[in-house]
Amino acid sequence: MVEGEQVSERENIFNRIRKALAVEAHSHHGHGLPTMAEHRGVMPPVGASEEEQFALFAKNASDLKATFKLVKDASELTAELRALRDMEKWQRVATHKSPLAQTHAAGLGLPTIITDDGYDKHDMEQCDVGVSECDALIAQTGTVLVTSRSGGGRALSCLPPHHVVIARREQLVADLPAAFALVKKTYGANYPSMISFITGPSRTGDIERILVLGAHGPKKLTIFCL
Amino acid sequence: MSAPATHFNEDARRVAPDTRHRGIIQTAMGKYEVVRDQRKLWFQDWQGARNLAARTKFEAVNHLDTHLAEFARNIEARGTKVHWASNAEQARNIILGILKEQNAKVIVKSKAMTSEEIHLNDAMEHAGYEVVESDLGEYIVQLRKEPPYHLVFPAMHLTRGEIKDLFQEKLNDAPSDDPEALTMVARRALRKKYLQADVGITGANFAIAETGMISITENEGNARLTAALPKTMITLVGIEKILPRLEDLALFLPMLAVMGTGQALTCYNTMYGGPRQPGEADGPEEYHVVLLDNQRTTLLADAEQRDALGCIRCGACLNVCPIFRNVGGHTYGTVYGGPIGSVITPHLRGLQQWKHLSYASSLCGACTETCPVKIDLHHHLLQNRRNASAPTTGKPSFFQKLAFKIFAPIANRPGLWSLTTKLSRIGMKLRGLVNGSVVDPAQAWTKTRDLPPIAKQSFREWWKENK
Repeated sequence: MVEGEQVSERENIFNRIRKALAVEAHSHHGHGLPTMAEHRGVMPPVGASEEEQFALFAKNASDLKATFKLVKDASELTAELRALRDMEKWQRVATHKSPLAQTHAAGLGLPTIITDDGYDKHDMEQCDVGVSECDALIAQTGTVLVTSRSGGGRALSCLPPHHVVIARREQLVADLPAAFALVKKTYGANYPSMISFITGPSRTGDIERILVLGAHGPKKLTIFCL
Repeated sequence: MSAPATHFNEDARRVAPDTRHRGIIQTAMGKYEVVRDQRKLWFQDWQGARNLAARTKFEAVNHLDTHLAEFARNIEARGTKVHWASNAEQARNIILGILKEQNAKVIVKSKAMTSEEIHLNDAMEHAGYEVVESDLGEYIVQLRKEPPYHLVFPAMHLTRGEIKDLFQEKLNDAPSDDPEALTMVARRALRKKYLQADVGITGANFAIAETGMISITENEGNARLTAALPKTMITLVGIEKILPRLEDLALFLPMLAVMGTGQALTCYNTMYGGPRQPGEADGPEEYHVVLLDNQRTTLLADAEQRDALGCIRCGACLNVCPIFRNVGGHTYGTVYGGPIGSVITPHLRGLQQWKHLSYASSLCGACTETCPVKIDLHHHLLQNRRNASAPTTGKPSFFQKLAFKIFAPIANRPGLWSLTTKLSRIGMKLRGLVNGSVVDPAQAWTKTRDLPPIAKQSFREWWKENK
């Protein structure tokens, strides 16, 4: 389709919208966009203290069949990752350029794809695990927030069958409004092309509404928090 | 009677007494109801949340021109190509044009009701492309060459046994009828397709004006992969999907999850704002967003029913609707089934052809009560009935007029009314002799139901005795 036709189709749609909106509708539910305080007033409760929020995140993660572990330092994290490697017999790892994820993935001593260097998607599909960092952990829903910038692109957190997230303690936020505020604050001037709220491992209920994990994305989600 | 009405009546007559269908639906809905209600209680104030959601959608829809322009400007700024389609044909042509330009062969799709609306798969297959639906439920109904049964659960009407047989026949891979084993069959088959596909096509749950982003909600990760691996990504989205601000998602994402599937939050809620950006590891080289009108502006022009454009397609009104649960999703013969489909289809596809859907309702109001964005669904069904029979468009039949000519004078005279009820009681007794036979005057009713007896005493008579 040539450019001129596109421009006019856009105009046609806008003309119909403006003509339609010339007749006013009445709101039965008030006016104006709700404030963050209004959102928080109706949404699920989250405890005020950090302990409560970590406990809530842990409970949500467990309900979602994700694994959540607080680790005290880098050496404990290395040990945890090596234990997982041996238990699940990992052969290949994918990760991205980053202070935490890359170092710890390197510590596994396995062939490793670094997504930022460019990769073949067939090779990535052969990886047993994707190790990434994140932007935030959300206590309210047990969600991990990753973006194409913080999490090594789009495929790393969903193509390998196991997604391991390495987060820092201070990345925990209370609720969804706080998470969106953080996204705006961090990226407002220049948003990444993908922002994903990951809530548990991939799942489906499409066959008789019976829960099955690992429909197309990761079968396992493990979150380590330093 | 219009052809769709005849089809509806025939299918409804067949499906409603089918106890097997009924069993499958009741089991699925039963599970859904339990988790949905738990999740509603998880909110501090669910009714308050509905009010805020309705308010937000009111602002979005009633300033659609401003928000839509803002959305296009912001998403274009990151290198996305925005296309405008007034109707289904234009949308199909735009997408076919992109496929041709990309020299594509294999197309992988994540769930998009808008693509059903414009019959995109047919058009792409006809043009020689291999098209694969990647949502498990959609994949199953695609293999069966069937439309989705439900907005959220496309394969809700099938048992695991039927799905096993289907996979055996079409894929020659069905180790057992265990849902997990069956899901893994689809996982294996579709992984290959993600890697092969040249173009990924998605739908959208929301379009964020303020930041120029498409938001997609899914559980399986199939949309994530569709948006990650192919070198071209296309999103087809209705113009009404606008939300003004990014933070509006903080409310809408959990509400959609609660009403759609009874989850706190759906597994993946992902916002896409463009193709791969400088410095990013991967992602499509090109991102196209096709904005679709296809009569949405007709619905927008009806100020009385404009709120129906706020629909977030959670499917909650289908789940609570006694008609949907009895006649099933395919009977509607529409892309959007259940109460919301009955309201909007006459606007999208013609009132006279689809007015029968306004009667596919007991007017119980369960749909209105459950709707997370407070669409006044059952009143809109009444308004569609009124509009369909307005003096200029439709006239009552001779028999309808005759019935009211007889009814009105009787109902206006208490003596005559009382005499008629007395006679009816005698009539009822006599009718008992011919119950269910061809000469039964109530045959249309008694074919499928019992006729309740008229009370032995009218209220008037009781009042005279007992006051």
